[in-house]
Amino acid sequence: MKSQVAYFNGLFSAGSKSAKTGSYRPANPFLVMVRKEVADQVHSWRFIILAGLILLTFIGSMYVSLSNISKAVADTRDPDRLFLYLKLLTITDGTLPPFHVFIGFLGPLLGISMGFDAINSEQSNGTLIRLMAQPVYRDAVINAKFVASLVVISTLFLSLGLLMIGGGLIITGVKIEPSEFIRILCFVALSIIYVAFWLNLSILLSVKFRQTATSALMAIAIWLFFTVFYQILLNIMVKALLPDPGLLSQDQLQSYNGIILTFLRFVPSQLYTDATSTLLMPSVRSLGPLTMEQMAGAIPSPLSVRESLLVVWPQVSGLIAATVSCFALSYYLFMRREIRT
Amino acid sequence: MEQPIIEINGLTKYYGRLKAVDNLHLRINKGEIFGLLGPNGAGKSTTILMLLGLTEPSSGEAHICGFNASRHPIPVKRKVGYMPDSVGFYNELTALENLSYMGRLNGIPETTVKELARDMLVEVGLEAAIHKKAGTFSRGMKQRLGLADVLIKQPEVIILDEPTLGIDPAGVRDFLELIRQLSQRQGLTILLSSHHLHQVQQVCNRVGIFVGGQLLAEGNIQTLAANLFKSAPYAVQVTLKTIQDPVALQKELLQLPTIEKVTVTEAMAEISGQEDITPDIVRFFVGKGFDVTGVQKKTYGLDEIYQQYFENNLKENVFNEKSSGLFQRSFFGRFKKR
Repeated sequence: MKSQVAYFNGLFSAGSKSAKTGSYRPANPFLVMVRKEVADQVHSWRFIILAGLILLTFIGSMYVSLSNISKAVADTRDPDRLFLYLKLLTITDGTLPPFHVFIGFLGPLLGISMGFDAINSEQSNGTLIRLMAQPVYRDAVINAKFVASLVVISTLFLSLGLLMIGGGLIITGVKIEPSEFIRILCFVALSIIYVAFWLNLSILLSVKFRQTATSALMAIAIWLFFTVFYQILLNIMVKALLPDPGLLSQDQLQSYNGIILTFLRFVPSQLYTDATSTLLMPSVRSLGPLTMEQMAGAIPSPLSVRESLLVVWPQVSGLIAATVSCFALSYYLFMRREIRT
Repeated sequence: MEQPIIEINGLTKYYGRLKAVDNLHLRINKGEIFGLLGPNGAGKSTTILMLLGLTEPSSGEAHICGFNASRHPIPVKRKVGYMPDSVGFYNELTALENLSYMGRLNGIPETTVKELARDMLVEVGLEAAIHKKAGTFSRGMKQRLGLADVLIKQPEVIILDEPTLGIDPAGVRDFLELIRQLSQRQGLTILLSSHHLHQVQQVCNRVGIFVGGQLLAEGNIQTLAANLFKSAPYAVQVTLKTIQDPVALQKELLQLPTIEKVTVTEAMAEISGQEDITPDIVRFFVGKGFDVTGVQKKTYGLDEIYQQYFENNLKENVFNEKSSGLFQRSFFGRFKKR
């Protein structure tokens, strides 16, 4: 034991010496944490499985769209037919849904799987208190968790998007228009925001519930509610509360439809679907019903990128707002919480 | 006078209506080993968390190395190494990875952190498990890893919450010896909380007895014993072959100077008094022609002290809930007299 202490002695004095000279710049603890969290995520089985699943659906939908691309481009009635790369992302022959629909479905699962045990597993493991005893600010922990997952998601989607463009270039040999490229980048950004919403929701649940199983089930329950039950519930409510559409005038029907659409748009996946379809199909000019007066004189031509973005802006800001408020709430709860086990 | 390295003034913490820590005052000087002693749920861990700024006190403040722990927790955490009672690690990372992560968080440069972590692991006796995942570690190994984890940040103050929980006796001995030597050579200040009396007794310069959120008594073990067993601090147990007339013997023994209490049983006499007169007692027995087979001087260890406090505490709880304040106040009075 004595030799041990003598050894520690050396270590300690060595440490204080180097601290005095200050010859190195210590790494920012926040970046250290982000680095560790990214490594954790990438090594975890659930991420590998979900990323594999997304990659498989990507390959599947790309295969289907590539085998149908010649037909789609030749279709002269379609104003979007010349956007080859957007077509690659959207067309299908009915055997497989297009890629963005898959993301609408799998994205929430990815987000939930990355965040549901962010805080509570650290707490039940006893690592959170040890982490908090290091010279780091408390919010660095939750920020690092969020940023790390976001980095992983962004990398995944960006590389899939670029893979698609690169593959398309090699196979078709058609050069990509700048507007198409911007649209695809916007689609990638939108997908990242969408997954980030579910990620934040599950982080919030992981702060709220002490058991990882509870927070995971709760997150999946919310996801199921929004994907399946909300629409059913809305239909029942519409039937029960709104008058019979056969007895209504055109204007009334329009306004009631508007109300129903508004309620449908409380669902994050609806926002995502609306926004992606507008971005990926340049000829979509409105997400609601249009009146005959509005349609009068309209030329069935694609919109510019800027105009498409203007159309989807409410959806995008809704998604961002939901994401930010989830994160703010989990931040608040985490900062206020007793961290002892 | 030297500035104390840990200074606690009127620290109080409520959890709802429960008073976990009640108006705590404590000073610990540099280089001391202070043992915080008390039963489970006495508020030891809460006090420690407040010292690190991890829990906000309801009132009062704690200063470590001159920093207010709740206002400036970062400089405090830089100087204090803390090992929680249920120390946990990232199960999917190896011991080395776990340790280097903590090293990096403490600003140890990337070039040396791996090497330093490896050295620490060798020194706490985990060289065989450097590349094993922490999830496979036994409790004792985790405790050792926890110590390495505390030491890698090269702290000035070490706070250990129940550090000896779950280590085998040999491990405890090594561990405590290491703590003691660290404190001596590095001038490290160590605060450890425990309910294992013997262990605390072995290493601590001073102990504080902490019950129900209050520090009932504080000082080194001798002072505590002297205070608690004021009436008859010295006791001798004499074992004899036979005693013919216990009553007469008792009377005769009471004639001796400073002796206050004598109990004579079949083959044993227990004598306690104000002063240590063991030689006189032995001389007395030999002079009377008794066959002395054994003489044992009783010393009051932490066990007895602890027992005494808890008996009082227990009685008070059983007797009357309302009078508890009174009872504790009388204790305070007793120790303020010192």
